[in-house]
Amino acid sequence: MSSPDNSLTPHLTLGIGLTYVCLIVLVPMAALAIRMATVPFHDIVESLNSVRVISAFKLSFGLSLLAALANTLLGLPLAWVLARYTFPGRKVIDALIDMPFSLPTAVAGIALCGLYGPEGWLGTAFERIGVQIAYTPAGIFVAMLFVGLPFVVRTVQPIITNMDFSLEETGACLGASRWYVFRRVILPTLRPALLTGFSMAFARGVGEYGSVVFIAGNIPEVSEIVPLLIVSRLESYDFTGAGALSLVMLLASFVMLLLINMLQRRMAQ
Amino acid sequence: MKKVRPFSPNTADAPWLKSCLIAFAVLVVLVIVVLPFASVIVQAFSEGPSIYLTLLRSSDMQVAVLLSLKLAAIAVPLNAIFGILLVWGMTHTQLPCRRFIMALLDLPFSVSPVVVGLLFIMLLGKNAPLGGWLEEHGVQVIFAFPGLLLATIFVTLPFVARELLPLMEGQYRQEEEAARLLGAGWWRIFLKITLPEIKWGLLFSIILSLARALGEYGAVAVVSGNIRGKTNTLPLHIEALFNDYELTAANAAATLLALLGVITLTVRIVAELKKKRDSNEH
Repeated sequence: MSSPDNSLTPHLTLGIGLTYVCLIVLVPMAALAIRMATVPFHDIVESLNSVRVISAFKLSFGLSLLAALANTLLGLPLAWVLARYTFPGRKVIDALIDMPFSLPTAVAGIALCGLYGPEGWLGTAFERIGVQIAYTPAGIFVAMLFVGLPFVVRTVQPIITNMDFSLEETGACLGASRWYVFRRVILPTLRPALLTGFSMAFARGVGEYGSVVFIAGNIPEVSEIVPLLIVSRLESYDFTGAGALSLVMLLASFVMLLLINMLQRRMAQ
Repeated sequence: MKKVRPFSPNTADAPWLKSCLIAFAVLVVLVIVVLPFASVIVQAFSEGPSIYLTLLRSSDMQVAVLLSLKLAAIAVPLNAIFGILLVWGMTHTQLPCRRFIMALLDLPFSVSPVVVGLLFIMLLGKNAPLGGWLEEHGVQVIFAFPGLLLATIFVTLPFVARELLPLMEGQYRQEEEAARLLGAGWWRIFLKITLPEIKWGLLFSIILSLARALGEYGAVAVVSGNIRGKTNTLPLHIEALFNDYELTAANAAATLLALLGVITLTVRIVAELKKKRDSNEH
């Protein structure tokens, strides 16, 4: 790298830009921290220690985990197909993978509701085999599956595209079956990317609100996710309770952000 | 005589496996992505195209569209300008706390939108010191336009900066230095050297943040108070219609935002193609 610009301008623009980011991001977070610092610790614990809260956390984290797992299982073959095969319509499929990223969450919410609802195309199909999806935890899972689909595909696909062919060839020359090569050569190479995509999908699922609320049914202790519980506490002016839940959610985001950063650094190596 | 086959290691997947995987991929994308999309369009037009148009012309709908456009028109340029300033500063100075700034930029993407809304209520709500003070002086932030704007700015903050950071990271630093030595001011350097390098990335990230600004639901829902025809953005209006069982109207409104998704996707593809072509020319 060449020597940095020694004039004042970059320092000035950095200062302005940083001030802006801090004003928008850090100041509101500080407000939450200060507000919660004035509340006795006992009250915070109390507001978190109820059956309703614990089942909301179980639901949010459990279903996100499940959806991220499903997205990893679906994402790996999708990434493989898009990276390795050529077939008519490949570009279209490739573009459609990004749809959940660009579709606003409220649209996804009512779209899934229409599709899996009692009169929807898939809703009636599932009803015939006695499964109700809309307004149950299964509906939440479907929504998280939708919003998380692109993450694994998009992290794994470039790795498959850039993978060193010679390793696979060596394996094949030495008499390994295709399946053996996949298990012992390809899969280990993809593991960091798979983990990164998995964590991203998980993080997204935990915080997701718009696409879930419409289809969830939102019954306390059954199908009420944490973000919804925060909203309902805010609506009943329970600021301490909502703040406590948000603190836990923020903490979880920090941990996942850290984890994803670590994984990405390992991927870059 | 024995035939000698040329040796070729088997690194291709068996044809049956290939067909199966392709069929699987197409099926997954169809069921998970395409069907919900199709369902919205079919429901929106379920009462005919003329009803569809009437629904879109209702006054509440127009107010909602206008409000969403207004929010995006302010939030996106602000984030773009400050994002460019920040990234320019970050790439032209050697600062020690780079990681920290990156984490700060990542936060709006990883925090639940509901928590974003709550943060602003904690800062500027009636019961907060700052919010109370503002209220006394006749400025209402939460449940009003400023609150919606702040929430929109928060959720779209990282797009431009995150996209530009790797692009401005010094591949063309020599050209810049040459320009500086020849006496070009920073504005000319930016316009003539930096901007041509980053234009597609900038355009692409602006479109992404536009889409997010127009479509944001969670963060905005918390600070809006849902006053119909006043603080209802387009996504919030969809929710209001949905809750009133006006499903056709809700889906009609959703097609507007879904169209936005399609436009974003198209621009993304075009921008990526252009980027590839530009880098091939170099």
